[in-house]
Amino acid sequence: MQEMTTTRTNHSVDPVLQIWHGEIPLYLFLGGVVAGIMVLTGLWFLLRPGAERSRALSLLPWASPVLLSVGMLFLWLDLEHPFNAWRFYLAFKVGSPMSWGAWILVLIYPAAVLLAWAGSPELVRQRWLKRLSAVPQLSRLDNWATANVKSLAVTNAVMGAGLGIYTGVLLGTMVARPLWNSAILGPLFLVSGLSTGVAFMLLYRVADHERVLLSKLDMGFITVELALIALWLVGLASGGAAARAAVAQFFGGPYTAAFWTLVIAVGLVAPLVGEWIELRHKLVPGRATAILVLVGGFALRWIVVFAGQQSGWISEFALR
Amino acid sequence: MADKRYAMVLDTRTCVGCAACVIGCKTENDVAQGYARDWVFTETTGTFPDLQMSIRSERCNHCDEAPCVTVCPTGASHYGPGATVQVNQDKCSGCKACIAACPYGARFIDPHVGAVDKCTFCGHRVANGIPTTSCQEICPTQSIYFGDLNDPDSQVSRLLATRDHYNLLPGAGTRPKHFYLK
Repeated sequence: MQEMTTTRTNHSVDPVLQIWHGEIPLYLFLGGVVAGIMVLTGLWFLLRPGAERSRALSLLPWASPVLLSVGMLFLWLDLEHPFNAWRFYLAFKVGSPMSWGAWILVLIYPAAVLLAWAGSPELVRQRWLKRLSAVPQLSRLDNWATANVKSLAVTNAVMGAGLGIYTGVLLGTMVARPLWNSAILGPLFLVSGLSTGVAFMLLYRVADHERVLLSKLDMGFITVELALIALWLVGLASGGAAARAAVAQFFGGPYTAAFWTLVIAVGLVAPLVGEWIELRHKLVPGRATAILVLVGGFALRWIVVFAGQQSGWISEFALR
Repeated sequence: MADKRYAMVLDTRTCVGCAACVIGCKTENDVAQGYARDWVFTETTGTFPDLQMSIRSERCNHCDEAPCVTVCPTGASHYGPGATVQVNQDKCSGCKACIAACPYGARFIDPHVGAVDKCTFCGHRVANGIPTTSCQEICPTQSIYFGDLNDPDSQVSRLLATRDHYNLLPGAGTRPKHFYLK
């Protein structure tokens, strides 16, 4: 028998950590979608520079700064001292993923906006240049951006990958939270971001041949994601007592039903099967599988953030 | 103070768990209502009548490898004088990464400031030449010792040299500087 009592009852720390609420998974989800859009549109513009693009695909890079702004608003709302947020930009801490993220986020904006501008249809750009003719520097910027689409595309792909990986590494570096403390989380969140990025793009009117390519890519992303999730769980299950207690939350513990239904069945297996059926029967991929992928990607972040806070060293066994 | 390495030693044989240390700290440091920078942990193991009880007054471990300092994006959490771990609340944005990173749960958000708070090893007293912490001062069984590990003649050094002791969660790899005498 072992009985432990403590006089400590600090709010949101005891009996289990509850410091991060809905804002954080929302931000991680939106950050992942943006990472996916940046990598995919970046690579698309790089690898198929001359190809005809649907209007929707050409305009989709604009979603990056918009969604990122919404995500950063949630991040800001989570801060307990929001008016000290500028302090992030008076320091760069190499060991702090959050510091990396803060800087990546501000560097992403110009790159994403410039690529979105350069990738926009000629007519759209001319219309806006005319409307904003009071700012003559804009046409110089337009000349520069359209002449440097390739380097902008590379920058976007690299920064998008950085954003996707950092959202996972942010949680993965914490030894104190065994469920998160895995190097797999970085690549897992990146691949999940690519998959949800594809899903977001499929919600728009991209051309049929583009849908088929995106859907095929997504099948690859989902397969890799399933493999990474398996590796993550195996890594935890073969770890120490704290890691095993953490992963038990998905195997009979409180998050079992939510994890296996929302993340695995609804979010990964169902869309993978759906996409396979569409491909097999030469159907144009629709929006149903895309919505499932988005639901699954959000559920993954939600469950990882909340279950991770439940995992720790103290509550499961004695301190020494 | 540059060469000092402050540590705390608690004698679990004499600690009775009265929680005077908690009250002393709250009074000295004006800790927000409902929150505590130190606490009393009681652990009972065995089967009746073969029971063993261990009582510990616990607080921030002022780790040598403090994960809270590593994850802090603004430099608010930092290594302070005497190798302690301190928080500059003016720099804190309340992102709570340090709270998540601490395996001991020693940190919390001060609701009045919106910044993180925790034990300072009574840094304000030490800086003013008072060599004791408030929890140590108030302890009726004199179970709490505070001093410099770099001084081989300090009380904490001598206790650690002569008595069996342990740290909390050594597996977390934080190299804590709070010791418990067996």
